[in-house]
Order: sequence, then structure tokens, then C-alpha cells
Amino acid sequence: MTSETDEVEIPEVDSASGSGIPIRGNDIDTDQIIPARFMKVVTFDGLGEFAFFDLRFDENDDQKDHPFNEDRFQDSSVMVVNSNFGCGSSREHAPQALMRWGIDAIIGESFAEIFAGNCLALGIPTVTADSETIQELQEWVDEHPDEELEIDIEAETVTYGDETIDVTVDDAQRKALVEGVWDTTALMKSNTSAVRQTAEDLPYVEDAAIPEAE
Amino acid sequence: MSRGTLYDKVWDHHKVTTLPTGQDQLFVGLHLIHEVTSPQAFGMLRERDLEVAYPELTHATVDHIIPTADQSRPYEEEAAEEMMSELERNVREAGIEFSDPNSGDQGIVHVVGPEQGLTQPGKTIVCGDSHTSTHGAFGALAFGIGTSQIRDVLATGTLAFEKQKVRKIQVDGELGDGVEAKDVILEIISRLGTEGGVGYVYEYAGEAIESLGMEGRMSICNMSIEGGARAGYVNPDETTYEWLEETDYFQENPEKFEELKPYWESIRSDEDAEYDDIVRIDADELEPVVTWGTTPGQGIGISDPIPAPEDLAEDKQDTARRAQEHMRVEPGETMEGYDIDVAFLGSCTNARLPDLRRAAEIVEGREVHEDVRALVVPGSQRVQETAEKEGLKDVFEDAGFEWRNAGCSMCLGMNEDQLEGDEACASSSNRNFVGRQGSKDGRTVLMNPRMVAAAAITGEVSDVRDLKEVTTV
Repeated sequence: MTSETDEVEIPEVDSASGSGIPIRGNDIDTDQIIPARFMKVVTFDGLGEFAFFDLRFDENDDQKDHPFNEDRFQDSSVMVVNSNFGCGSSREHAPQALMRWGIDAIIGESFAEIFAGNCLALGIPTVTADSETIQELQEWVDEHPDEELEIDIEAETVTYGDETIDVTVDDAQRKALVEGVWDTTALMKSNTSAVRQTAEDLPYVEDAAIPEAE
Repeated sequence: MSRGTLYDKVWDHHKVTTLPTGQDQLFVGLHLIHEVTSPQAFGMLRERDLEVAYPELTHATVDHIIPTADQSRPYEEEAAEEMMSELERNVREAGIEFSDPNSGDQGIVHVVGPEQGLTQPGKTIVCGDSHTSTHGAFGALAFGIGTSQIRDVLATGTLAFEKQKVRKIQVDGELGDGVEAKDVILEIISRLGTEGGVGYVYEYAGEAIESLGMEGRMSICNMSIEGGARAGYVNPDETTYEWLEETDYFQENPEKFEELKPYWESIRSDEDAEYDDIVRIDADELEPVVTWGTTPGQGIGISDPIPAPEDLAEDKQDTARRAQEHMRVEPGETMEGYDIDVAFLGSCTNARLPDLRRAAEIVEGREVHEDVRALVVPGSQRVQETAEKEGLKDVFEDAGFEWRNAGCSMCLGMNEDQLEGDEACASSSNRNFVGRQGSKDGRTVLMNPRMVAAAAITGEVSDVRDLKEVTTV
């Protein structure tokens, strides 16, 4: 085995900062984040322009009111959302589209589980705060589209204006981001023999399905 | 923390180690792949010069983009052809078995796995598809994953995952006439909410669940994710074993059946298992459920009034208002009589043989309403073949339904089967999100397959119990 190819550089993500963009509404599902018709592709390249497509454009492709269309938010990288964001399908196309549009981090009331897991696999933090805090943050972002807010992952805080507020970062997510182990392929590959042992102990896994030791 | 549940036991059997993040590294017993979410993962493997670690535990099919009318190659739509070709190349290079359309085994991934006996109790099963929870019906721990995680599973045979809590959903009593598994899960989601299950795995139990066949159990587990729960399962029992014994795998390896049965028995939740939460539902009280809104949690009994947004929990009011505007429904009305333009009988939730048989009973001798476009899309080529032999195709076609080839079809509109404009669709699928069925103005009403059949005939949302004496499933 050539190990240098496994050595993908995984940056530590201990903070994220940038100007914010508010995306309001509960239960924003993955079909709204990236409609399925844009998933007829074999790479994730170029998905950014289709983020929230049906909310941003009408049937004549004319722009509708949406923060992603507003000039003042074009450089924003921290999205502020409400509850159950990213519910629905497991499509990684959703966080990929947001990331390729320019989003590096998301603060929200709550996230659907698969969506949050997909974000983590891309090094995108999904941090949470209560409903009132999020609404205040959305209003602040609306009024200060050019000002930076900073998420400190380790300390679980968000600083904006003169305020620093507490937010929650899931334990495993925090460790994975801060220690730079959010891309788990190489880490898990290093346990190959333990994996083989687990497979051998399972009654339903046939010997022939278990690869030879390297 | 739960203790002694199937979830705890299957987890322990598959745990390789605890990672520095605190997540567990879990061995994956079956990795199902399809054309939409896997090509990028294979691309990532190539970039890193990695190979598929456990090709024999990986199985592919094509379902999301496949046309259900003309399937001759190359597919008319270029993008679909490209995705199919990419999948063919990936499985060929990695030596992965592929239930392709020429095999007669192709179909929706969550129909194919169970019918071939790949889905078994006590396995960990993943797929880049949120409805992977379907396989929990067999007592497997099954959940959807994203593409980067597919890369992990392909490269290592494992997945980094955090253990969740277990909520037991005890459904006591008996389902009434015309009430089905689909109604049970729509009711559960409407009661617990679309995010009620976040952080939980659902264990479905109780008399009403145990008396369901495997297909009904699959319909329930399938929609766990619509309630926010990434996985749902039913403890394996004689119904499960009888089903398994008939599948390819155990027909070809009969000795395996006896060999594995003790393992299946051992992973059942203990009598004194501890749960993080228990919810009880009385099956006797249920009636056919239909959705009035744009999330699967916005469901009501067919004779119940559509709720006024201001009567809902505060955090649900805004979503409800927007949903009612989109659907053009008024609080206080029932959904009965809501005009429909399309009837879609298909999807990984409800396109298995018993679903089609029950719907055919309603359709037989009747005609599709003149204003309705109705289509049946069997869940797999095998379902299709058997249904055709049984004469179901004729029943549907004689009534005016289109009879199609297997695929995901209008559940998510990734092929040619899509709603147009603001068409309203009575659908046996799982999601009524805005835009889900291919038109952003389209309106989806979720319901059980017999209710879809009834709507196709009357041209409006109807109570199937008024249409015909029907038997309990």
C-alpha cells in the first residue's frame, strides 16, 4: 500500500468568520436547497449557482426576493437559519451547493441529522442557539451585512458587534473540527486490521468477502 | 441511555473502535449504491488512489434517473445516460454486483435489497439515500449517508458515527378497514413532528406493527426519516424469517438460514430493554391519513379539519401558513374533495406487490377520472413481472392507468415523470416538499396506495372506505 496518497491534508477548523446572511424559515428541506433536477451530474462542480434555485428565480428565470440574490450578501459566508434546516434527503449536493456558493459555516436553531453530518464531512460547522438568539442574530446580520461575525468552535461562542453569545457545538463535531479529523477516511483506514477482525466476528459476513491482510 | 435494545446490540457487534472524536467506527455489513450519490464518491477515491475495500458487501442498482417509459440505450436524456454510464464504469472497475435493467433485478434500491435477501436482521446497512431506513423493517440498523461518507465506506468498509437515543413507538390495537401502515407512519410524524426524531432511532413495536407483513413494516420504517429519525426498525420475528427464506440468498444458501437464525434471535430487543423514550399510539383510533401541507408532518385523518395555523405550536405557524397558501387549502375544511390532476402509485414507500394488489382491488372495474393522469410505477422489475403475471397490469391499464417500468419516477421527478405547473398529485410517495415532484408550483398530497387509487377514480381526495368494502391488511 502506498500511504502517501492517503495523506490528504485536513485543516483544523477552530473558528469561522465572515459577514452573515439570514435565511429565514423552519423546515427548509434539501429539495429547496438544491432541487433534484440539478443533481443530474457526476461531480459537485458548479452546484453553487443552483443553491436555493427555485426560491431565487421564477419560471422565466427572473430573480425573486431572496438573500442569495441580494448584492449586499454576495460576500457573506456565515448563514443564519432557523429550525430543522436541511431536512429531507441525504444529498450531499445540498451542503456542496451552499459551500460552492460561499458558505463556510451555519448557525441555526436546529439541523436535520444527515445534513449536519454532511456539513461536518466538508468541514462546515453547524452550530446551534435558541430561537430568540437566532432571531436577534438574523436581525443584526440584516442590518449589518458588511460586518463580520466570528464563530469560536472550541469556546462555543459567536461574536458580533459588541456582543459575544454562547452557542452549542455537538461534542464530536467540535473535536473533529478543532483537531482536524473531520475527514475520516485516512483515520479509519489506519484501523484496517481491527476492521477485518470485526468483520470476521460477524456471523453473516462470509470469509470470501473479507479482503486478504495487506 | 438505552440498554438491551436491538439497536444497542447491533451497534456493539459492528463497533470497531472509538475514534478520537468520540464517534464510533462502525463496520458496514451492506453498502447499497445508486447513480445519483455515488459517482462523486468514486471520484474522490480516484483522487486519493484508494480502492473499494469490501466490494462483495456492496451492491448497486439504478433507480433515480432511469426513464420509466422508453428505457432503450442511450437514454434520451443525456445527463441520465452519463450518470448510468458512470455507474456502469464504477461497478465494473471495482467488481461490484449490479442489479442493472438487463438482469431483471433492477429497481428502487430499497425494494431490491430486501427482495434479493441482501437485507437481513442484525446487519448494518447504509446507502446514499435517506430512505435507507426502510431496511430496518428486517431488524437491520439502516440509515442514509452523504457522499463523503460513501467515500469512507467504499474505502474502509466503515463509517464514523455517533450513537443515538432509542425511542420505542408502541402501536397497540388493530388497524381498521382501509387503514394501512402508511397511515400509521403519517400519524406518527404528524404527532411527533418532522424533527421530533432528531437524535433518535425509532423502534416500532406493538400488536399493530407485529401483525403487519414485511411490506407494511417497510413502509413505516421508510418514512422514519420524515419524522427526523435517521433509522427505524422492527424486531425480527417469524414474519421476517418466512419472508427471508423465500429470497434468493437463502434459496441459494439454505444452510445459512439455520446458521444465522440464532444471531437474529439474539439481537431482538430484550423484554426488559431500557429506552430513552416511549410513545404509545392506539391503532384503533386511526383512519386514512392525508397531508394538507408541504411537510410530511402536516397530515390529518381524512375526516379531520385542516388546522388553523394559529392553533399550532408557535414554531409551526409560519410553515403552516406558507404551506396552506401553496396548497390553496383553508383551515376548517377537510381534504376530502380536494381536486387532483395526477395520481402516482409508486416509490420506495409503496410500490411493492401487496401495495399494487390492494390498489388494484379498488381500481378493478372502475375508470380513472377523465381529468386525471394516473400512473403506476412498480418498485422493481421483479414486482413488475409478478404483477403482470397476476394480471394487475391489465386491471390498471383497463381502468386508464399508465403502467411503467421500475424506478423512483415521480417521487422526486429526476426523470421525465414530473408534475407540470400547479398540478395536484395524489401520491403514495414520501415527501410533499415544494418542488419535490418536479414542478415548483406542483402540489402533493401524500396518502396510502388505496387512497391514491380512489383519488384517481373520483378525481379528488376521497375516503377509500366509502368507495368499496375493503379488508384490513
